[in-house]
Amino acid sequence: MTKPEGSETSHPLVELRDLVKYFPIHGGLLGRQVGAVKAVDGVSFEVNAGETLSLVGESGCGKSTVGRCVARLLDLTSGELRLDGERIDGLPQSNLKPFRKRLNIVFQDPFSSLNPRMNVEALISEPLRSHGIVPGRAERRARVAQLLDTVGLSADIMDRMPHQFSGGQRQRICIARALSSEPDFIVCDEAVSALDVSVQAQIINLLMRLQADLGLAILFISHDLAVVEHLSDRVAVMYLGRIMEIADRDQLFAAPAHPYTKALLSAVPLPDPSVRQKRVILKGEVPSPIDPPSGCPFRTRCPIANDICAQIRPELVEHTPGQSVACHFPG
Amino acid sequence: MKLLEVRDLQVHFETDKGVNRAVDGLSFSIDTGEALAIVGESGCGKSVTSMSVLRLLPTPPGKIAGDIRFRGEDLSTKSEREMRRLRGGEISMIFQEPMSSLNPVYTIGRQISEAVRLHTGANTRAARKRAIEVLILVGIPSPEKRVDEYPHRLSGGMRQRAMIAMALACNPALLIADEPTTALDVTIQAQILDLLRDLRKRTNTAILLITHDLGVVAEFAERVMVMYAGRKVEEANVADLFAHPRHPYTQGLMDAVPKLGQVRSGKMSKALAEIPGRVPDLTQAFEGCVFAPRCPRAEDVCTHLDPGLEEKADGHFAACHFAPKEAARDKA
Repeated sequence: MTKPEGSETSHPLVELRDLVKYFPIHGGLLGRQVGAVKAVDGVSFEVNAGETLSLVGESGCGKSTVGRCVARLLDLTSGELRLDGERIDGLPQSNLKPFRKRLNIVFQDPFSSLNPRMNVEALISEPLRSHGIVPGRAERRARVAQLLDTVGLSADIMDRMPHQFSGGQRQRICIARALSSEPDFIVCDEAVSALDVSVQAQIINLLMRLQADLGLAILFISHDLAVVEHLSDRVAVMYLGRIMEIADRDQLFAAPAHPYTKALLSAVPLPDPSVRQKRVILKGEVPSPIDPPSGCPFRTRCPIANDICAQIRPELVEHTPGQSVACHFPG
Repeated sequence: MKLLEVRDLQVHFETDKGVNRAVDGLSFSIDTGEALAIVGESGCGKSVTSMSVLRLLPTPPGKIAGDIRFRGEDLSTKSEREMRRLRGGEISMIFQEPMSSLNPVYTIGRQISEAVRLHTGANTRAARKRAIEVLILVGIPSPEKRVDEYPHRLSGGMRQRAMIAMALACNPALLIADEPTTALDVTIQAQILDLLRDLRKRTNTAILLITHDLGVVAEFAERVMVMYAGRKVEEANVADLFAHPRHPYTQGLMDAVPKLGQVRSGKMSKALAEIPGRVPDLTQAFEGCVFAPRCPRAEDVCTHLDPGLEEKADGHFAACHFAPKEAARDKA
């Protein structure tokens, strides 16, 4: 489960407690803060070594913000973040370096996340150099070749530039770069969403194979429920900055307990015309995270909401073993 | 007579690297009130096809050849003025990105009523009334208020509804929907697909749906065309296509997408099927079947003989030497 050199007590690889991330809104003549976008409002979860936790939800639910906070690309407004038992939420960037090595991120768009002026070798070897993992240039080159091989690319592309590759190949390069410092945790923020289905299948297979081979833990952020079902161990469903339901994959997909999870699952069009699923069509749209509804954030669109939902916000509590739900009327 | 009939469409682009054959010999037709889907991955020519039907492609660098008939009339002989009368009138189109297809400096109402005034000659008042009517039709709440709002005030889903309202304002016979739900969240996508389905039923508008999402196709279309590298590789009615895909590319596509409900059905797949290699460079000339270099079933014949589209079963066409004929059909 945990790293052998860790402490005696077993703890999750990544632990997030009560993450809050507000983005201030400035306005008026003096540019004073007039409000805040409550992007993430109290999210907790843990990721164990070798495990894939997926974060799903619609645009604006805060899933990417969670990913960026966990990768320490954004500072937390409040909350605790632990990597292997050690708190890293308050660490200044300068002290983060030893942790950066262990934690990496792959973004959605492989076109904007690779520097167009660096060749493949420079792109992948930079972390090796910067972290002092592989000091000599020749050794670095050998290591880059090895990494390229791991992600299914041939070593003779090392001198080429990013624009010479297709989207799928670029995403492989991004993955090779993320793997270069031998991290034990990777955040994949919509890493396969921009790809065509045939290429998407290749990258999903690659991620699953790497995880099995290297024992990586993955925080997989996606809006595609079919992909999430395919590759996750556990799944958290987010809505308006909070987790509505978090459960083991099989439980969540076979017996979703939160009305939002049910609606989300029923809204996915199935590639099988002989199956007509009963659809829960949600009315209206996601409320603004600047001014979220009182009580349960989902109540304005919930088919079973009632008076209590406007008054008391349901806490995330265990519904069945391995499945926690934030709803007054789960099931 | 078919509503829209396209024969041997060729769309070529002059590029630095040579002529890009984006669409190469495509024929299809659509009946009144029918829902036809064109499905394929990026670069297969599906959007270019829809743009050339409406003559929306800049020429040059594009070059369109072939026969495009709407209600039997050849569109290539129409003047730009006549085409303008057709666009947004009898044939209208909705795009993937509603924000970039609405004019940000005009109100929603003005944009809808402009189309109404131009196509029906209605006066400002009547056109505004029609704008409110169609906003009601597409389910926009408080339409009398929304009609005077600017596009940036609407959410993505509402903007797409406004686009659809504009497209429907003049009762088109054919609606071309190019990835209409791709930019939307699943719950909003479900609302929009529902809306389009309902509108088709009520107004008997034919819909040409262009998408890369097999799920959307299965939900929405009656007939499906699968495109690859600028050609049609398979065409069938939707139930037939999903039950018995006959072209290896179609089969590859279907196996490459994870299917929701694997847990419930107990059919959890370990690895997804991959289609090896990549889409061919359409500026290069080639021989034989376009899909042969990536095809698991390819044999010698495939590399030099173009299979051509052949009817393999009743109404089910595939362009493959080895696609099973009628015999493979096991009707339940």
